[in-house]
This record gives sequence, structure tokens and C-alpha cells, in this order.
Amino acid sequence: MLAGGQSLIPAMALRLARPAHLVDINGVVGFDRLEPSESGVRIGPCVRHAALGAEAVPGPLGRLLSLARRHIAHAPIRARGTFCGSLANADAASEWCLVAVALGATVTLRSQGRVRQLAMAEFLLGAMTTALEPDELLVEAHLPALPAGTRVGFHEYARRAGDFAEVMALAAYELRDGLVSDPRIALGAVEGRARRLPAAEAALAGQRPHDAAFRRAAEAAAAEITPADDAEDGRLLARAAVARALSAAA
Amino acid sequence: MTVGGFPQARVLGRDVPRVEDEPLIRGKGRFLDDIALPDMLHAAFLRSPHAHALIRGIDAAAARALPGVAAILTLADLLPCLAETCLKTAMPSPSYRQQLDRPVLADREAVHVGEPIAIALAESRALAEDAAAAVEIDYDPLPVVADCLAALEAGAATAHRGAPSNLVAEMTMGFGDVDRAFEQAPHRFRERLRIHRGGSHSMECRGVVAVPEPVEDRLTVWSSTQMPHAARRLLCDILGLDENRIRVATPDIGGAFGPKLVFYPEEVAVAAAARATGRPVKWVEDRREHFVATAQERDQYWDVELATDADGRILAVRGALVHDHGAWTVRGVNVPQGAMGAMPLAYVVPAYRIGLKVAATNKVPVAPVRGAGQPQGVFAMERLLDAAARGLGLDRAEIRRRNLVPPDRMPYATPLKTRGGIAVTLDSGDYPRCQQMALDGADWSGFPARQAAARAKGRYLGIGLANYVEGTGRGPYEHVSVRIEGSGKIFVATGAAAMGQGTRTMLAQIVAEQLGGDLGRIEVITGDTAAAPLGLGGSNSRQAVMAGSSAHVAARRLRQRVLEIAGQLLEVAPADLEIDGDRVRLKGVAEVSLGLSAIARAAAGQAGFPLPEGGGPGLFAREEVVIDAMTYANGSAVAELEVDIGTGKVTILNLVFAHDCGRALHPRLVEGQLMGGIAHGIGNALYEYMVYDENAQPLTTNLAEYLLVTATEMPPVKILHMESPTPLNPLGIKGVGEAGVIPIGAAVASAVEDALSPWKIKIDRLPLSPVEILALLNAAKARDSL
Ligand SMILES: Cc1cc2nc3c(=O)[nH]c(=O)nc-3n(C[C@H](O)[C@H](O)[C@H](O)COP(=O)(O)OP(=O)(O)OC[C@H]3O[C@@H](n4cnc5c(N)ncnc54)[C@H](O)[C@@H]3O)c2cc1C
Repeated sequence: MLAGGQSLIPAMALRLARPAHLVDINGVVGFDRLEPSESGVRIGPCVRHAALGAEAVPGPLGRLLSLARRHIAHAPIRARGTFCGSLANADAASEWCLVAVALGATVTLRSQGRVRQLAMAEFLLGAMTTALEPDELLVEAHLPALPAGTRVGFHEYARRAGDFAEVMALAAYELRDGLVSDPRIALGAVEGRARRLPAAEAALAGQRPHDAAFRRAAEAAAAEITPADDAEDGRLLARAAVARALSAAA
Repeated sequence: MTVGGFPQARVLGRDVPRVEDEPLIRGKGRFLDDIALPDMLHAAFLRSPHAHALIRGIDAAAARALPGVAAILTLADLLPCLAETCLKTAMPSPSYRQQLDRPVLADREAVHVGEPIAIALAESRALAEDAAAAVEIDYDPLPVVADCLAALEAGAATAHRGAPSNLVAEMTMGFGDVDRAFEQAPHRFRERLRIHRGGSHSMECRGVVAVPEPVEDRLTVWSSTQMPHAARRLLCDILGLDENRIRVATPDIGGAFGPKLVFYPEEVAVAAAARATGRPVKWVEDRREHFVATAQERDQYWDVELATDADGRILAVRGALVHDHGAWTVRGVNVPQGAMGAMPLAYVVPAYRIGLKVAATNKVPVAPVRGAGQPQGVFAMERLLDAAARGLGLDRAEIRRRNLVPPDRMPYATPLKTRGGIAVTLDSGDYPRCQQMALDGADWSGFPARQAAARAKGRYLGIGLANYVEGTGRGPYEHVSVRIEGSGKIFVATGAAAMGQGTRTMLAQIVAEQLGGDLGRIEVITGDTAAAPLGLGGSNSRQAVMAGSSAHVAARRLRQRVLEIAGQLLEVAPADLEIDGDRVRLKGVAEVSLGLSAIARAAAGQAGFPLPEGGGPGLFAREEVVIDAMTYANGSAVAELEVDIGTGKVTILNLVFAHDCGRALHPRLVEGQLMGGIAHGIGNALYEYMVYDENAQPLTTNLAEYLLVTATEMPPVKILHMESPTPLNPLGIKGVGEAGVIPIGAAVASAVEDALSPWKIKIDRLPLSPVEILALLNAAKARDSL
């Protein structure tokens, strides 16, 4: 399956992927549909990274998409690579996987004669591993909207602009009576797959949004993860990224 | 920018448009991969996946049977075309303890990952790669030498089976009574350093097209090389052919930076394969191959000491250097020798001694990468000076000011000798003033306030300084000829090689200055053995100095002859004539003029008619100005940066580079060279790391794993020029091709150390990765909380 080709073609050039047949889905009518609505946004399989931002999607969700998008590779890659391709590819450092996990997206998978919908947690199984069967196409992803007034922050650290992240963190929360409510804190690139961090979220819920609370949430985040390779280093990066995403959202 | 190098000149010292640019911008460049010939075969190399293994057998039967495959050739198959089976590329040195000439193809033992074992020839590159992958080799893995320090330990495995040890060469460089100076010195400082350089990563990798011409039994070899004449000589030796049978020519070259001056097995294998098959053969190195087959500069371990008096004046420097040589001797000991030679050069050092050990490892052979050892030597010296400044409570700039070679001692004869035994004499320059320019440009004295303000906000800024002196313009000569043909067009041919740095523009400018001032009338042919009988090619920041001097002298001589003939034809005194564009005119009387074309035709003569008087026939001048001594350029870099203590990331905020390369022939080309070098220096300081694991398996074999500096990582750079013309050549120029890279690592290390001074963290290595900085911070915090 060839979507934007920004992961598959490099893999083929390096002779890491050697598919016998390639099905190019870029010409399929309607696959580039991008449908924002009250409840969120529906994203077809040929929607490019570059198409997903505040200019297309209203509210805090659109703002969050813009914040994440600018960290994905470089402009030419963003003009070709697709949102659904990023989910299907399931790189541990995929910004879109992090966004989808943090917001509780659902994906629609389709093969001849079968359609199924999965929550991200069921879909994303690990680094470069998903629940997609060989005969299935990811035909749509749905990102739920964030309530108006939700504060969003995204922090990413990469060695160079456009590189895959060493760490990235996403934070979103509402304020009720000056206190944090419904916090979402998610981390990518450090563990095998992006996920929300319940201990960090619990540490933040009900707190005033200030540096000390952010630091406590960041400590909780660093404690609850199991970094993929160098443990100490991953924890330090996670702590810094979570604290910064929270400050950015404040 | 004001550069006043050639105030009277028409085109010298000016930013004239590059003669190279038009075809390149129009997509009409002709690089090696653009060469396509009828009946051409495409080559791919089968390379060792093992760092060290015996080759028990090679079975190519299945590969040969694949569709589109013309041949699979091993060393045994090439033997009928070879007079020798090894590449003898090592420069002479009394320091060798073993001879390690690499084979055309490995046949019994592979000694690094990527070493070529067989060449597959097919109708396309893809088929050739399939074929190479289908060759079956029976390997017997051998113990691996992955680190040059461990390589020298007693009982270490050897990188070559049967070798007595891994010691390839050893020598001591120095002068003065070092030990006595240390005994009597009130202060001593010691640093143990590790420096890694990585590769050059020219945008265009290597490549070769060999074209056999059976009618005359000749061979044309197009190669992306810096040294076509040396390549021809080596090909003649190995193929057993006379020089007039082989032409080596370079197409446009997309960068070289050192590694392309080495002569490689692939160049022989492709040429031999073309002769064996009777068909043109093309091989273009891909990036993955470049990482495992093209020369790199890698690890050096320095253990060095500095002795000073109470005022911080240097009394002596001593120490030991262990250098990773890689698996073969492909150039020699010039890299560590360059490092040791560069170390003390900017300063008055009364006594100096470094002992060198060069160790073989099972890694890609080491040869010069832009800077060729000098960045390492400068790093060692500057780290010591920072340690001394800290220890003595002196400002880092002040301790350097006290020790820089002062201008009133120029020319300053050091007791050092170059690799060729030539005395190292600093010919000109004002090093303290150059340092001051850099300091002023970077507002060094205002930095403590900036640093304090940032710290108050939890941000950690640092500033660092480094000086260098670089030997440039290595002699003894470069060939240049200048010819004016009957059309009046001017042809320049040289043994110098253009690698993208504007060599053609530089030579056209120098010739145009004498012959009419119009670069558009001049064609420069570089890097072609058919156009120049002799040549040393591109290395050691030498081409502007050496080829430039020859071009200048040849063009001046030709100008004299042109004016002499024109004077005879116009019946005026030559001194009253000037050359303007394609005409010679009587000064002040524009109507009295004669075209260069008419003069060239007169000089060419006609059967039975006498030639113009005073000289031989033709408008042709050939020159090889011989200059043995190198001319020494210098400079100072100041880096101001921020360390993110949450992630370890270093962001350079400002970089100031003050330098002196004598007269600048073309200020923008000079800046371009410096900017490229600075980018490479930033890479060496913070990004580029050629990683091998403990089995000497390379782990960074693509540009996602090996990080090159891109536009987004480049800080604002301010380049400041000083011009101290050298008396050593007629134009007063010094080389600049490598300068940019030399002090950057040292300046960045100094600045990172400064930023992390609250934790008293010492920087003893390059490159510095964020992970390492985080680890240093962590260790320091743990230490402080004890
Ligand atoms: C230099 C570089 C830097 C990059 N940096 C980043 C980065 O920082 N962050 C990041 O997230 N990504 C990065 N990428 C990857 C890029 O975002 C890819 O576009 C993305 O990962 C895959 O999307 P694609 O449409 O290009 O998929 P393709 O390359 O076309 O396909 C990738 C894989 O997914 C499968 N696939 C694609 N679409 C579907 C579908 N609808 N249903 C089922 N299977 C499908 C394909 O069969 C293939 O196996 C980078 C890429 C490059 C080249």
C-alpha cells in the first residue's frame, strides 16, 4: 500500500522493504476527504500532514494539530506524507500517533467484506506494530474535538529541526474554578508506543496550573514510564518534555 | 565587507560571478553519474559484512546466472589485468613499523566492514546489486580490534591475522628540554582527551567510469577524485600500462573535502573490469557505501600536559597521542602528524614533545578529512589553555594573549619540520590583533552580564574562544599553462583539481587580471591528465597558493609577449599598450588597437614568413612556481551558546570568526570556504559521530543516523577579515579551504564548559551529544548532593 511514500519509499531504497506489488491509493476518489464537525474531524487515507492544522480544523483541536504538525519532518515530506500512513506505520516517534492516542481517536479498518472500528489503544500495539491485517486498509481516522477553552501544549525535542523526536509530550486540560480538570498528558518517542500517563494526569488533576504542579506531574511521568533503551536518559527527557508541554499549555 | 587586498586590480580581490555557476544553475553540470555511454555496464561491489574474517571460499555461480549479469569478478578473476595486487599509496615516513598496503580486492581476509571482495557487472545498477547479494562467501570470523587504545594493549588481538601487533607507526615530535622545563615549572595542567572527527560527506559520493578503447589499447578513467595525476600513476603501476595509455579526467565534482584524494580499490577494480570485459563500466558509490568504504578520520586519544610560569606563560607542552589508523595505510601518518604539528603553532612554546602511536583497527582506513588532524591538535592545545586559565584565575582570552606569537617576531622560525622535512616558519600575521577582532566582534567583555541575566532566568549560556594557525599551500609546485588561440580565446590548463570550491573562477581571475580582465573569454581545464602533463591536485588548502602563483607568473609572461608582438605590429612601444577585453590598445588612443586573435595568429606564424621578434612561436606560457615552504594562515573563533539542561541540547547563539588568509582573491569564495568549514566544525563538535560497536560494526550508515549540520542548525556567523600578505608567493595569498573547521570544536567545548561551570563540569571529548551532557550533569548533581 503506497500512500505518501515518505516511509515506504526510503525503506525500499535501502532494500529494507521489498514488496512484490505496490497499490498506489493516491488516485482513489474521496480518499483525501477531511471533514471537520462539531464532534471532531474525520480524516481520509490521503489527507497530507500539511492539511491538518488550525486553518482547517476549528477550536483547540485545530490549534493542537498545528502545534504538532510543525515538528513532523520537513515541508516537502509534510506535503506528501499522510496522517493515516503515519498511524499505519506506527513509528514510536510519530507525532500523529501521539495526538491520536492522547485524544482517544478511533480508526476504521476495511478489507473486502469487513469493516471494523478500533480505539487507538487496540490499534497501536507497539513500535511499528498495529492491528492492521495484511488485507486491511485504514480508511478513516476520527479525532474527537476538545471542549472550547481547553488549553493545549506540545513539546518536542529532536537533535535537528525535522528529525524524529527524542522525546515529545502533549498536554491538554480544562480549567474549572481555576483548577485543572480532565487533564490529558501523553508521551511519545521514549517508550515503544505513545501513551497517556495516568499517574502524571492524576498528579495534575485538581491542582492550580503553576510550575510546582507541573513539576510534580513531570516527576510522576518520569517515574511511571519504562524507556525503550537507555532508562535514565529517557526519564530525564520525559520529565523535561512533560513539564514544558504543561507550561506551554498554561 | 571591505577587503582591500588588491586595490589597483581589475578583477582580483573582487566578487566576480563564478565561471562555474551558469551550467550548474541551468542543470547543465556534468557530474560522474551524468556520464552514460553506449554498451556501458554498471558495477556494484560485494563488501564484507564482517569487521574481520577469513574468506574460505567465494561461490558466484548463482549470481552469474542471474538475468542481466555480465560478470562477477574476484581478485583471482582480475589477475590477468593486474601487474600488482596492492595499492601502494602510503607516503614515505621513517615512522612505520608495518606495511599495510590494501589489496585491489580482498581475497583471503577481510579486515573491515565494507571492504570490497568482488565486483558485479550488470546491465543496470539494480541488477548488479542483486547479483552482488547473490554471491555466496564462506567466512570464518576472526577476533576484532575495535578501539585503538585497546589495540595497543599487550595480548590484544590483531587487526590483521599474523601481524606482530597493531602498532602501525610511532614517532616523537618536538624540541627543547621538555622534562627540565616541567621539573622547574610552578604550574602544570593535564588533560586526557578523546576526539572523533567522522567523515566528510561530500554531497556527491565517489564514482568511476572506465572506458576501454581497444583500437589504440587506451583507457579513459573518469573519476570523482582530487588527484587525477596521482590516480593515473597508480593505475599505470597496477595495470602495467604506460602513462600515455591512460587518461584520468575529473567531471564536475560535488565536493571532496579530503577523502577523494585517496586512491581507492574501486578505482582499480572498475578500470580492470573495463579492460577484462572490453566494455565501459560505471560505478557510483551510494551513501551507505560511503559510510563503510570512504576514508574517515576517527578516534584520537590525547594525554597532554602544559607547564606554565606564574603569569600563565607557556614553558613546555608534552604528552602522548594514540591515533586510530583503520585497517590499511591509505595515505600515511600525515593526519596525526598534522595534529601534532598544529598543536603548539599559534603560541610561543619553548619546549614541546608529543609521542605518537598509530594503531591498526578493523575499521575503515583513516585519511584526511577537511582539517586533516589540525582540529584535533588545536583542541588539545586550547583545552590545556582553558585548564590553565581556570587554574591560574586568568581570563581565557588573557592567557592566550600572553602566549600568542607576537607580530614583532614575524617571521617566526619554529624548530618544527613538516612531514617533508621543511622548516616550519610562521611567515606573517598579527595573531593577537586577530584574536582581539574576534573578541570585540563577539562582545566578549559584555558576556558575563549576559550570562548572569540568563542564569537568573534558569538559562545557561557559555562563551568559548579558540585560536589556530594552519599550514597552507603545500608545495612543491602546481602546473599551469596559459594559451591564447587563434580565436583570441584564452585557455588555461592545470593539474589542480576543482571540487566545487571555485578553482576555475580563481584561476580565471588571476589570468584575466593580466590578459584583458574578461573572465568570459577564459576557459579553465582542471583535473585532466590529457590537459596537463603534471599535477599534484587538491589537498592542504594549496590550490590558490600553488596553482594561483603559477597562473599569475604564466599570465604575466604571456602578457609581456602579447604586448611585445602588438608593439611590433602597431609600431608603438609595448609599455604604451594595455590589454582590454579581447583587444590590445594604445593607452589613451582607443582607435589604435589590435585583437588578441590577430596577435595569436601572428605568433602562430605562417610557413615561410618570419615570426614576430623577441620570442618563440605561439602564445603559450607554462609555469610551475616552486615553493617548498608552507604559508601559515591564522584565525580566532568565539562561540556563544546555550545548554538546555533539561535535554542536554546545545544551541549556538552566535559565532564570530576572525581570520587572516593573506590577500583574498575573491572575498565571497573565501567566505564560502569558511562557512562550509564552520558548518563541518559545528558537526564535529555537536552532531557528527561515526559510531562502531564493540565488534567494529558501523552503526551509523545513513544520514538519519549520522547527523550532518543543516541550515537550521547554523547559527548566525560573523566573519571578520584581516589581510597580512605572505612574502612567500607573488600574490601574497594563503590557503583557506580548511580553516573554518579547525577552531570550532575547541571553541564550542570551551563554551559548553563555561555554560556548565556552576557544576564544574569538564569537557574532555568531541563530539558532545545531548545524552552525554545530560549524563555529565546528572553525575555532577549526584556528586554535589553527596
Ligand atoms: C526525512 C524524514 C523525516 C521524517 N520525520 C518524521 C517525523 O518527525 N515524524 C513523523 O511522524 N514522521 C516522520 N517521517 C515519516 C513521514 O511522516 C511519513 O509520511 C509517515 O510516517 C508515513 O506516511 P506516508 O503516507 O508517507 O506512508 P507510506 O510511506 O506511503 O506508507 C508507510 C506504511 O504504511 C502503510 N500504509 C500507508 N497508508 C495506509 C493506509 N491508509 N492503510 C493501511 N496501510 C497504510 C504502507 O503500506 C507502508 O507500509 C519522516 C520521513 C522522512 C523521510
